[in-house]
Amino acid sequence: MSAQLAAYSTSTGEAFQFWVLGTVAVIGALCTVFMKRAVHSALCLAATMIVLAVFYLANGAYFLGIVQIVVYTGAIMMLFLFVVMLVGVTAADSLKETIKGQRWLALLCGLGFGVLLFAGIAHASLKDFNGIGRANANGNVEGLASLIFTRYVFAFELTGALLITAAVGAMVLTHRQRTERARTQRELSEQRVREGTHVPPLPAPGVYARHNAVDVAGLLPDGTPSELTVSKTLRERGQVRDVSAEALNDLKALEQRAEERLERTEIEPTAFKRPEEASK
Amino acid sequence: MNPVNYLYLAALLFTIGATGVLIRRNAIVVFMCIELMLNACNLALVAFSRMHGNLDGQIIAFFTMVVAAAEVVVGLAIIVSLFRSRHSASVDDASLMKL
Amino acid sequence: MENLIALLIAAPLLGAAVLLVGGRRLDAVGHWIGTALAAASFVIGLVLFADLLGRSADQRTLTQHLFSWIPVAGFQADATFRLDQLSMTFVLLITGVGSLIHLYSVGYMEHDERRRRFFGYLNLFLAAMLLLVLADNYLLLYFGWEGVGLASYLLIGFWQHKPAAATAAKKAFLVNRVGDMGLAIAVMLMFATFGTFAFGPVFSHVGDASEGRLTAIALMLLLAACGKSAQVPLQSWLGDAMEGPTPVSALIHAATMVTAGVYLIVRSAAVFNGAPGAQLVVTVVGAVTLLFGAIVGCAKDDIKKALAGSTMSQIGYMVLAAGLGPIGYVFAIMHLVTHGFFKAGLFLGAGSVMHGMNDEVDMRKYGGLRKYMPVTFITFGLGYLAIIGFPGLSGFFSKDRIIEAAFAKGGTEGWILGGAALLGAAITAFYMTRVMLMTFFGEKRWQPDENGTEPHPHESPGVMTIPMIVLAVGSVFGGAFFSIGDRFLHWLEPVTGHSEGNSPLSAWTVTAATMVCLVIGVAAAWAQYGRKPVPVVAPRGSLLTRAARRDLLQDDFNHVVLVRGGEHLTRSLVYLDHTLVDGVVNGTAASVGGLSGRMRRLQNGFARSYAVSMFGGAALLVAATLLMRAV
Repeated sequence: MSAQLAAYSTSTGEAFQFWVLGTVAVIGALCTVFMKRAVHSALCLAATMIVLAVFYLANGAYFLGIVQIVVYTGAIMMLFLFVVMLVGVTAADSLKETIKGQRWLALLCGLGFGVLLFAGIAHASLKDFNGIGRANANGNVEGLASLIFTRYVFAFELTGALLITAAVGAMVLTHRQRTERARTQRELSEQRVREGTHVPPLPAPGVYARHNAVDVAGLLPDGTPSELTVSKTLRERGQVRDVSAEALNDLKALEQRAEERLERTEIEPTAFKRPEEASK
Repeated sequence: MNPVNYLYLAALLFTIGATGVLIRRNAIVVFMCIELMLNACNLALVAFSRMHGNLDGQIIAFFTMVVAAAEVVVGLAIIVSLFRSRHSASVDDASLMKL
Repeated sequence: MENLIALLIAAPLLGAAVLLVGGRRLDAVGHWIGTALAAASFVIGLVLFADLLGRSADQRTLTQHLFSWIPVAGFQADATFRLDQLSMTFVLLITGVGSLIHLYSVGYMEHDERRRRFFGYLNLFLAAMLLLVLADNYLLLYFGWEGVGLASYLLIGFWQHKPAAATAAKKAFLVNRVGDMGLAIAVMLMFATFGTFAFGPVFSHVGDASEGRLTAIALMLLLAACGKSAQVPLQSWLGDAMEGPTPVSALIHAATMVTAGVYLIVRSAAVFNGAPGAQLVVTVVGAVTLLFGAIVGCAKDDIKKALAGSTMSQIGYMVLAAGLGPIGYVFAIMHLVTHGFFKAGLFLGAGSVMHGMNDEVDMRKYGGLRKYMPVTFITFGLGYLAIIGFPGLSGFFSKDRIIEAAFAKGGTEGWILGGAALLGAAITAFYMTRVMLMTFFGEKRWQPDENGTEPHPHESPGVMTIPMIVLAVGSVFGGAFFSIGDRFLHWLEPVTGHSEGNSPLSAWTVTAATMVCLVIGVAAAWAQYGRKPVPVVAPRGSLLTRAARRDLLQDDFNHVVLVRGGEHLTRSLVYLDHTLVDGVVNGTAASVGGLSGRMRRLQNGFARSYAVSMFGGAALLVAATLLMRAV
């Protein structure tokens, strides 16, 4: 990808690259919007960003292309993933619209805006291409640096202030000021004894011999799951797996298969379902 | 190939991002869509830079990235604190002017 | 000498201020302060009069510039006074009669605990009236005009605890307001036409204005005169104004204020001379009023209201004369002065009678009072002879000249106006004889009132009888003094101008006709009230009599035409307001409310909805930009 080629028109290679990677970028963008799980959206967005980085390189913005990969895809997207993990990686969003008319309005606006943008670009007279070659003659990074530290130095200083402010802001927002001393383990146990609830340790999660993961609630003697057995964080995220019906359903399936084999088909095959689950 | 195609691609990505902001309820995804829009702008700026033959467009794109980084830091902090207080990352849940 | 003019006004104004602000401390001496200041004003008037007499006829206009009242570029209203023969006449009449009536009031109001306030109002009236006649421009005149209106209102309603008095005061004020509006419009028209309203410039530029404009100004001035002087159609307030204390009726509603309209017309002679159409209207108004008042005076049993009808009728004479133009101006003023004497004397006599009769005003309950009140009888009788025009007394000279002038107008109009004036003279003789006979002759008809106390008629104290005697002297000799050698004519001619006209009848013929009318009127009254006893309860009477008792249905007319019409107009306006205005207002409110109710749903609190609005707005902006580019 020489500077000479980038100067006037684009090479066939670049055209090929544009059409292939452009398609990937659009698909990635669409997936970002329409994936149910936030973590998938984040990954698709990362893909799109990497494609964009390649395009930056193709347009002669070598510094930006590298920054895009290192800072954007590497740092910012990982920050996103971190927050996604914090909030709950397995939680899937419902894509069902709750605000009446919102989806149609959004699509209408988006479509109209897109049409306008396309019309504007088509309307604009973009005939002469100077090419980036001469500007990059002394090297892209050197050229950027000479601009940043001369003409744009004030804006550059301002972005520095902005970054510091943002860092402080993030700390202020996420830091929780404790208004009282954290209670020690001992105090907590003494409180439990005083109140008379859960004097022994909380029951452990998992259904032995079948599921022993931390997100599976232990079953009580009557077969119902006990919320107490799973961690509070998982409960709040709604990530508790309910396996109480699985054994019974398996048994049912087993019996049905046995009866089919014995050609006694009077009994209708029905899946066992907990009433409260059906109502959800 | 005409470099204007980069602009068309940027417009398309921008529109997809904007529509995503309007459609999705999950604050994190909404935020990602905003990033998508910013990146689309950056692509357009870089393409302009090439068309005009100077580096100013790239400078602006660079500043955009810096500002986007700051924005992400603050925005994610807001989302986290919102999640802490509401146990939800849905933007629709914050529809009242009180907790 | 000019500097004394302001003192004329200042004296009674000072009196009013002291008496009204001074409070109860002045109760004991307040009436004497008021009387003294009125008399002081009269003395200053006499000094000025002597000064004027010492000058030649063309040097007799004095002006005093006090201060610039409203100095605005192009709009100059100065507090400037003009003392010429016309205003001098009025000053002497106002201060002279006013002083006498102040003196009379000392006795008449002796038992009224608000006497100090009464004298304050009287002084206020004098000041306003003097300002009216001394003003050198129409705006200042208007100020005085409103001032006398205020004083009249306060004095008619002086006994405001009587509902009738309060209502009468309000009625007088409202009816006067119509006339005042006329004067205000006239002043505005004058300013629009001449760019000024000072007397001198207006009168000297009359020739520049079109006749239509002059007629408009003149008619508006006439409307003002009608309101103040109780001429048809604004006559209805004068009869009710008799609810005020009798000295007020004598001073304001007989001698001075009600003649302000005549003064206004004569003062504006230049304007009226340029508008013959308006002059004709003035004469018609005068003729109609003189008959109207006379007829009403015939039917009233209330002595003061009978005299009020007579006042209206006599002012009708003056207005008629003033409408005749240069033929009549001087005689209008002359009759005004003599009328001031005899009518004030008659009213004071009536007040004296009431004073002796426990404030009874119904003449049917008088009778034979000549034996009990000899001084009142003689002074009242002299006033009576003067007003009916008994040869040699003042009414004879002044009224006779007006009748002559009416004939002298010439043509059919002259005959009609002269005839009306003659008829009026006959009716005047009738109703005044009726008043005289019912009050002082015949048998006594008074009875104990509901409290069982029988009135004991007695002569009034000297403080009341002296003014009556002085006025009676004026009534007897005034006319002769003015007329012999045409003294009054020569005195006033430089201001008003005079022309003889060409009467189709000789002066002696008119005088003879007047005498015949007089005899007929007196004889008719004698036949009805002197020959046979007067019934205590009024007979039902003819249709005309009953109408006349109701003031010839003036109030019914006003009620039907103005009150009902006003009510209907108001109701239709209210209906319009309710349907149209309220409809628009409420409709706007309802549509805004409805729109808000729908717009409110946009504010659903969802950030995404707001984002859609923003995005849509941005799209519209882009669209607009592109569209402007494309265009």
